[in-house]
Amino acid sequence: MTAPQAQPQPQPRGPEALRAEGIVKRFGSVEALGGVGMQVAAGEMLGILGDNGAGKSTLLKILTGFHQPDAGTIYVHGQHQTLNTVDRARALGIECVYQDLALVNGLSIYHNMFLNRELLKPGPFRLLDHRAMRERAMDALADIGVNIPNVNLEVGRLSGGQRQAIAVARAVHSDAKILLLDEPLAAMGAREAGQIIALIERLKARGDIAIVMIAHNYAQTLEVCDRVMLMQHGSVTYESHAAETSPAELLEIVRREYREMRGG
Amino acid sequence: MQQRNDPARAGALPPRRSVAARLTELALRPEASVFFVAVVLVIYFELTANNFLTDANLQTLSQFVAAPVILACGEIMLLICREIDLSVGQVFALAPFIMEKAYNAGLPVVGAIVAALIVCAMVGLVIGLITVHLNVPSFITTLGMFFLITGITLTISRGFPADTPGNGLLNAILGGWGYAEFLWALALVALMHVVLRHTRWGLHTIATGGNAIAAAEAGINIDRIKIGNFIITSTLGGFCGILEAFRIGSTDPLAGGSNIMFLGVASGVIGGTAIAGGAGTIIGGLIGGIVLGILQDGFTLQGINAFMFDIIIGGAILLAMIANIQLARHRGMRPQ
Repeated sequence: MTAPQAQPQPQPRGPEALRAEGIVKRFGSVEALGGVGMQVAAGEMLGILGDNGAGKSTLLKILTGFHQPDAGTIYVHGQHQTLNTVDRARALGIECVYQDLALVNGLSIYHNMFLNRELLKPGPFRLLDHRAMRERAMDALADIGVNIPNVNLEVGRLSGGQRQAIAVARAVHSDAKILLLDEPLAAMGAREAGQIIALIERLKARGDIAIVMIAHNYAQTLEVCDRVMLMQHGSVTYESHAAETSPAELLEIVRREYREMRGG
Repeated sequence: MQQRNDPARAGALPPRRSVAARLTELALRPEASVFFVAVVLVIYFELTANNFLTDANLQTLSQFVAAPVILACGEIMLLICREIDLSVGQVFALAPFIMEKAYNAGLPVVGAIVAALIVCAMVGLVIGLITVHLNVPSFITTLGMFFLITGITLTISRGFPADTPGNGLLNAILGGWGYAEFLWALALVALMHVVLRHTRWGLHTIATGGNAIAAAEAGINIDRIKIGNFIITSTLGGFCGILEAFRIGSTDPLAGGSNIMFLGVASGVIGGTAIAGGAGTIIGGLIGGIVLGILQDGFTLQGINAFMFDIIIGGAILLAMIANIQLARHRGMRPQ
């Protein structure tokens, strides 16, 4: 096991949006997270780096209420909260764009954007208000500069970048104050990745959203994030302002870790 | 064998579409091709068997079509969320006997029907709970239920048919009048179409079958959706059996069964519902059931024997599936 290194804790800039302390999560006998802490402020973007199996996605799924931690506390806007369901986390303004893209291919763009938050017509029958959802979806996409002219299209017909943009737009239009992104640039060409980065930066510039991004690519992450956090084997092993570190330094920490593991 | 998707086609359509584009879109809908087949079959049989479009024959046809269509309404919901109910034909046979027992125990006819439907709903609930919470594939759960309910029906009936209770207007409404069962089928189609296309339940059913992980991550309770659709299917199956009992005036413990269940599933599949889940249409199920009915009725009028009929139905299902998968590629939608 890794002893967490004593690093000077960089403090977030704006008012604190989300903070987790001592998060532990076990799946059977496997300890996926062994006491992880993190915090992010409004208008700030935190990058979480680490290898497969480091516990990044598990941490994210705890912050969205999808998994429940075995130990640890979570504070949302300074208030202690128990995120026992996805709906609870959403009600607190926490939205996640998952790695596996939580979109349904056979449904239209606007149905996907309103999935489980459908607008209903007034009246006793609780019928879907397709027209209102269509119009609001168009507005939401235009609002964050995503250019998709027809929201009736099935999501399965869109490119990977368009799908990612829809997923981000869905999270944002539902008034997310804390946006969690799980590998938003994975499996994406340079041009599409550029469009998504531009979209994320527009959101950051609004100043009211705290963004947490999980990623593999050190250079990309240091480029777009204010702060970065390195996770290894279920622990946070390094934390820094993006401007004060480099891909080379992060790589060196990972390399040192591997040497220790091999007993070298 | 080419399974690749054409990325060039993935571009967005303009928001205002021309009449031609709308017609093309309509023609590519899964229901459209089977509707076309139905029209062609009507013309063919009217020309070759000259008593096809007569009142007597249409009544026969409507009675043949009604039951598979009602069962299809449930099976389509289940197929969309990647489940199936093989036991619905058994519930179909059980329900009239529960109704008869309840009536003989002193309940009025309507009360007896409600009691029977509650039992059917409970069957659906049990199927759903076993499938969802004990992780038994619904194919197996309902295969078990198939034999179990057959045994229960034979036991409580002691193997004898039962007379249908009641008389007069109520019986006419519930299936006694020639077209009553078909009108019930149309009403249930309309209801389930609205449920599928215009309620959260329908949308969440499609999401559950299309991408269960995505649906769960969006906060949809996919277990609840599946269990609910099992309950809907069993209840519709039981109601259909009751309608049939009122039409015929008595019920045989071996009524319904796998034949009526497979006709229901076939109606849905021919109508364009994907067996792999995530897509389907109730209207398509209605048209699919009508096509099956026209085939059976038309060939009967022509004097083709029953063995031949099964060959034709089998071929029709295969052709419909091939057509659906090919058309799905043209719509740019992967068939899963």
